[in-house]
This record gives sequence, C-alpha cells and structure tokens, in this order.
Amino acid sequence: MYTSLTNRREFIKKMAKLSAMAAAASMFPGIIFAEEQEAGIPADAKLDWKKGPCRFCGVGCGILVGTENGKAVAVKGDPKCEVNKGLLCVKGYHQTMCVQARDRLTHALVKKNGRYVKTPIDEALDLVASKMKETIEKHGKDSVAMYTSGQSTIPEGYVASKLMKGAIGTNNLECNARLCMASAVAGFLTTFGTDEPMGCYEDIDHADYFVTWGNNMAEMHPVLFSRMLEQKSTRGAKIIDFATRTSRSSGASDRSILFEPQTDLAVANAICYEIINNNWMNKSFVEKHCNFSKGLTNMGYGTEDKYKFSDKPEKVDFEAYKEFLKDYTPEKVAKYSKVSVKDIKYLAAIYGDPNKKVVSYWCMGVNQHTRGTWMNNLIYNMHLLTGKISQPGNGPFSLTGQPSACGTAREVGTFTHKLPKGVVMNEKHRRLAAKIWKVPYENIPSKPTYHTTEMFRAVDRGDIKFIWTQVTNPLVSLPKTSRYRPGMQKDSCFVVVSDVFPTPTSDVADVILPASWHIEKGGIYGNSERRTQYWDQMVEAPGEATPDAWMTIEIAKRMGFGELFPYTRENHVDEIYNEYRQFHEGVKHGMAPLDVLKKESGVIWPYVDGKSTQWRFNATYDPACDNGEDFHFYGKPDGRAIIWLRPFEPAAESPDDEYPFWLNTGRVVEHWHTGSMTRRIPVLHQAMPAAYVEFHPDDAKKLGVRNGEKIKVSSRRGSCILPASINERGLPTRGQVFVPFFDENMLINDVTLDAFCPISKEPDFKKCAVKVEKA
Amino acid sequence: MPIKSYLAHPHDGKKEQLLQDLSIIQECEVLPAENRDILILVTDTKDDHSEVELEKKLKTIKSLKLLAMVSGFNSKQN
Ligand code: SF4
Repeated sequence: MYTSLTNRREFIKKMAKLSAMAAAASMFPGIIFAEEQEAGIPADAKLDWKKGPCRFCGVGCGILVGTENGKAVAVKGDPKCEVNKGLLCVKGYHQTMCVQARDRLTHALVKKNGRYVKTPIDEALDLVASKMKETIEKHGKDSVAMYTSGQSTIPEGYVASKLMKGAIGTNNLECNARLCMASAVAGFLTTFGTDEPMGCYEDIDHADYFVTWGNNMAEMHPVLFSRMLEQKSTRGAKIIDFATRTSRSSGASDRSILFEPQTDLAVANAICYEIINNNWMNKSFVEKHCNFSKGLTNMGYGTEDKYKFSDKPEKVDFEAYKEFLKDYTPEKVAKYSKVSVKDIKYLAAIYGDPNKKVVSYWCMGVNQHTRGTWMNNLIYNMHLLTGKISQPGNGPFSLTGQPSACGTAREVGTFTHKLPKGVVMNEKHRRLAAKIWKVPYENIPSKPTYHTTEMFRAVDRGDIKFIWTQVTNPLVSLPKTSRYRPGMQKDSCFVVVSDVFPTPTSDVADVILPASWHIEKGGIYGNSERRTQYWDQMVEAPGEATPDAWMTIEIAKRMGFGELFPYTRENHVDEIYNEYRQFHEGVKHGMAPLDVLKKESGVIWPYVDGKSTQWRFNATYDPACDNGEDFHFYGKPDGRAIIWLRPFEPAAESPDDEYPFWLNTGRVVEHWHTGSMTRRIPVLHQAMPAAYVEFHPDDAKKLGVRNGEKIKVSSRRGSCILPASINERGLPTRGQVFVPFFDENMLINDVTLDAFCPISKEPDFKKCAVKVEKA
Repeated sequence: MPIKSYLAHPHDGKKEQLLQDLSIIQECEVLPAENRDILILVTDTKDDHSEVELEKKLKTIKSLKLLAMVSGFNSKQN
C-alpha cells in the first residue's frame, strides 16, 4: 500500500509520542494522558523492533531498534528494561546514525610503501597471523600484545583472553578499562575481596540522599540522573554534588560543594572522624562485620618506566584507626581542601544520620586518581562505619564508564593479571582456566606482565614488537600521547588496529581490520549493576566488516590453535557464552542461561534459582551468605570487610610558578569517549563540534581571555591549542582549567601526565600542572 | 529529518507555564499528563541545523527543569 510522506511522518510522530507515553507509564505508574492514551495506536506493519543494550555508556539502557528493509531506522528506550524504563539520553537515541558515515571502514587496509591498500579480509588476516607467529618465534611470547576494551563484548573479551593466555601463553592482554575503573576493582578487592557493586539501580528508588563524588552524572550517566531527579521531585530525595568543577549536575543538585583537587582523600577521612566523634558509628555492625588495616604509604606515582609496587597490608585495631583520624579533624582539613568546616560536618551528618538512607556514586573523579584505590576504600569506610551498605537505598556504588567494563573487562578479565575467574597468580584459578580451555596448565604464565601504561611504554622501548588493538583508540585516550604516539609509529612494532571508523590510532597501523558495529553483530554486555545483557544481530555489516570475536578466532585458527576455537560463525556468541558461563558457576557469581538472557532486558548476577541477586552480602537477598548473620562479606576468608587507614597524599604534579594551573580532563554528554562514533552523528557533532578549554571567569579576566579566543595549554609533556570557554558548559574552580578529550583535532592527552595509582595502575587524567597563554 | 520525543519535567508549580512555553514553539507538540507534573514533548525539525537551534531554544525555557529523551526517528521531511 502506498503511504505518502505526510502520512508516514504523522505515523512516526504518533510512534514517538507513544514511546514517551510508555516510558512515562513505567516511570510513574498510573499516569494518565487524557484522550491520547488509547487513541490511534498505529498498526506497526513495517518496523521490526529488536531489543539490546545501548552501545555507549555503563548505565546500560535497554534499547529497541526498529529495522526496515535491513536498515536501522529508529531507536527507542525499552520500557520493559528496569535500567531506563523507556528513557534514553541524546547519545542513546542517535546511536545507529553513525553506521552511515561515509568513511566507514568496510574493507581491510594493509600499509604498503607508506600507502593503505584495500586488501581481501582473508589475506589481511593471513598477514596478521603470520606476523604474530613470526614475532613470537623470533622474540618470544611476551613480544606480542593485545589491547582491547570495556566496549568489547563478553565473547570478544573471552576469545582474546583464551588466545593470549591459554593458547599463546602470554599475559600481554590489557584493555582500556584500566584507564577508567581499575581503581574501582582494586578498591572492591582490597575492601571486600570480591569485585563489583553490592547494590543495584533500584537503590535510586529508596535512597534519601545521593552523594556524588567527583561525578558529573547529568552528563555521564544521564538516565540514572533523570531517575534521581524524579526521586527528588516525588519523594524529596536530595542530591549532593561534591566536585572540583561546577557542572550541569551541580546546577540540578540540592547542594554543590567544591574541593581542591586531590583533597577528597582528606575530606573523606574527616567525614569518618566526625562519624566516630559524634557517636554515629554503627558499633554492632563494625564489630561483627569489619576489620581495620593499614598499608604502605608514600608509594610514588609510577611516572618512571618499569615502576613496581606491591602493598603490604597490616591488621590494626579500632584505637589505631581513631588515632590515625586525628590528623583529619574538619578544622585541619578545611585549611587545605577549601571545603568549609560547616560543609564537612554537613556531609558527615548525612552519612551519620541513622534514619537516612545514603547512596554514594562515583566514577572517573575518584578512579582516575593517583590514589584511586585509596579513595575507593575511603568511600567504603563511610558506609561500613555507619552500616549503610548492601540494603535497598543504602550503599556505595561505583559507576562504570563503558558499556561492558564490568561484563567484559572485569568479569571475563581482559587485564594482564586476570583470568575469567580469579587471577593468573593463583594456581587454582590457572588450573580451572586450563581445564575449561582444554590447554595444558603450564601454558598460562603465573606472572602478570604489562598494565596499560607500561604496555605502551614497552611498545615505545621496543620490547613489544606486535600489538593488536580492538574497539579502542589509545592514541586519543591514553595519558601522555606525546610519548606513546611516536612510540607506536616506530618500525620496531607491527601495529594492527580493528575498528569501525578511522582514528588517530588506525593512522599508525600496519594493518587496519574492518570491524562490525554493535547491532551488526550479536553480543553480550555487562553494565554497572552486574546486569548481563544479550542482543542478536539486527542488520548486516557493510563490505567485509567482521565481528571482532570472529577475527580473533580466525587468527587463532591460522596460528594453529583451531581445535581450541571450535565455534561456528553463525552461532559463536552463544557457543562462547555457554563455555564462559562455566567459570562462574555457583551462588556467588552464577550467570543466567542464554534462554533467559534472550528473553529478558538483562538480568543481574549472581543469578540463582531463576532469580537476580539485587543486594549482595545481605542475607535477606543474597543466597551466598552462609555465616548465619544478617551480613556476610564472603569475599574475605573471615567474612569481614576492611576499613582502611588511607592518608591524604599530594598529587603527582601540582601547579607551581612555571605551570600555575591544574588541568582537569573529562567528557561531555554529546560525545562518547574519543568521539570516533559520536562525531560522525551529525546532530551530536553540530551540538558539540569541538573541544574547548574552560576557565573560571576570574582567571579569564586576569589573563584578559575572551570566549572563543585561541589558547595554548602546555605542560612539561606537550601542548594543545583550543578555544576558550567561559561560563558555558561548566565552571572550573579558580586556578583550574578543564578540557574535554573527545576531539581528535585537539589532543589534550598530549599534555596530560602518565602518573597512576600504584595499586590499581589507573592513570590520573584529572590532575596535572599546565600553563595557559594566548596562542 | 529528526522526530524526537521527550518527557519534560517542569519546575515546581510551573506545569501550565511550561505547557504554554512549549506550545508556542512551532516545532513542538505537547501533551500534558493529567495527574502528574510531566509533559510529553514531540519535536519535529526539518534538518540537523534546526534541530540544534531548537535544542538551544529549549534550554532557555525557565519553566523547564529537565528534558529526558525517550525516542527518536529519522524520517524524510515531506
Ligand atoms: S545513559 Fe548511557 S546507556 Fe543510557 S542511552 Fe545514554 S549513553 Fe546509552
């Protein structure tokens, strides 16, 4: 039947309206929209709607993608998904539009005499496999490396780990999640002995207070922020924004409290001091469920190559903890944190009030920190001291940036020290991996090799001679790219880049492999709240673009490991997941079977007896608790969580006479990380076409800088020229400038410092010293 | 070009005002909830440029507390 464009447009408008009504209905049960509610639901004859998770952030919103004649033509929030209840943010809605970009990588490109030559994919894969093999033969297993992503799917991460650790026998596998949540992992492991948040997003519906620590959720986790705002207006829940920059989140919060960079460590300790000093501590909880420990201090910052550190935890008692906190009275801390005594006491009273439920949220501000593990520990301290943990509406909740930083990077374990269950250093874990992978146990080396920063240093030094990056763009996202770009350009290393679009990283590749995008392949992600989310392929990929997992399998076969990778192209996602699931069997981490994942809009692990476990460590909700108490922190051998003595220590580099400003880097709501996808979505690109350097108006006035004027931002590492932005998106504190990192034409990471947290090895992108001058 | 739908949250006591503010914008169609302080907003713009301009305009509306996007469709303009 012929449908005129006018009719079609009206039809689409009706569908848009209905999607919004469905979202509203799931967020506000009983909501009524007068005459429109039932009227005119169009018979949706042509669009085929398929469910999946959003491609972008760690919130993990459920989406429905409408396809027509093999093309994705519409995206809407999935009202059945408990994460977003039908909502989406601006990135989520526009996501499928990037696949139409004109410069899409559709065929393999091999560099020959300095030029990229279009090459059949089989030939390119032959070349990659032979290079990898030849490099291993000449220089040993540890001369080859893979660098993957928190945006890799679970099957992609799994086959990468199996190839590198099980088949080849090297721990040279890392992922970009090291840059975003390694401190959260180290925090969980040191405090609880097991990774990932104990609560879930449903906490939002119960909390009285949300305290966000260095976390601009309105831009970075917008759908969760919308849910919080809804609770603010319906139940009077309060949002407290604790940050170094006034952002969109600050504007929408009840209170915005600003602190001097790095002093969050001291303020967190001051809050704990106040909790104890005012007798707000939940004594019976602490006595039953907690231990106290201290570790090494003055650890350094890892700015030198081959830096090594391992902590030496030492058990202490409550008296020692009280003594330690004496350095952190609100009066002492107010002097250097620039947070008033009154505000410190205000924050402490929120955590200390036994009748108020509190959720703390954090993400990059806490994690990308040279003392990131400590900061994670300190937030747990506040919740443990008050017993506000593992209950609906009460708990510390570290948010992830990437859609499968939890599912893939952390759970599959695409880090040098990790295995799908446990760590390479543990013999039991190596034996389990060897058994499931069907490889000799001796294949899996027991020592971790390079964490991310050290991996790219090893490329620069010439120690790594072959590197394959997948689903990531390190030459925009690493700190100190001014060193690592020339490092990757050296002839000593053969570089393979798999991606959907050309990037500054593919610019230095010897072979570029064309990857299928999100909905052009099937996959599984795991979001911030331990939710595993499955999707089927929805549309065909263009040209010879191939799923990353399948390219890894093809390489494994070509290297002679075919019998270890017996998967079929059509069904490899399911086959790999079924194999992987064996690693996590049991009540502590059981993963849902495929038929459940295919039906539901994600389920939360541990998935036990057909049910998601929403609050871990609480015997009411978590079947893994077996100590007969109301709480059980079973990640630790004695079932107790640890309250850590972690002091304030200064940043790796602070402003001085020569470099008088702090540089803070971050993201904006319109762009996903390095912008390789979102800058190819016209609406998003036009809304935020270029990066900028944000000034406090007083600093701008002092320097005589006007909006839009070109400014050179330089550090001891490099420089970057950007337009000035004053009183626009955000407002840094005096003495600080802020630059978003999405823009490959203004590489701010040439300026940043590659200092990292010695425990988690996560770099600090939020603090280094720069000077600013008119360009 | 883009058709989008949003949930629009007014500032306290400003639902009627927001309804008026949005209704006078040509590209906007508004549907208030009867029993909640929520409005559904459907926007229909002719190209990406007008889309950006509209977004700018929406940001200046004082009665609007929050816009949460729900869905979007990319369709040819008649
Ligand atoms: S909040 Fe995150 S997951 Fe949800 S739609 Fe936006 S980018 Fe996607």
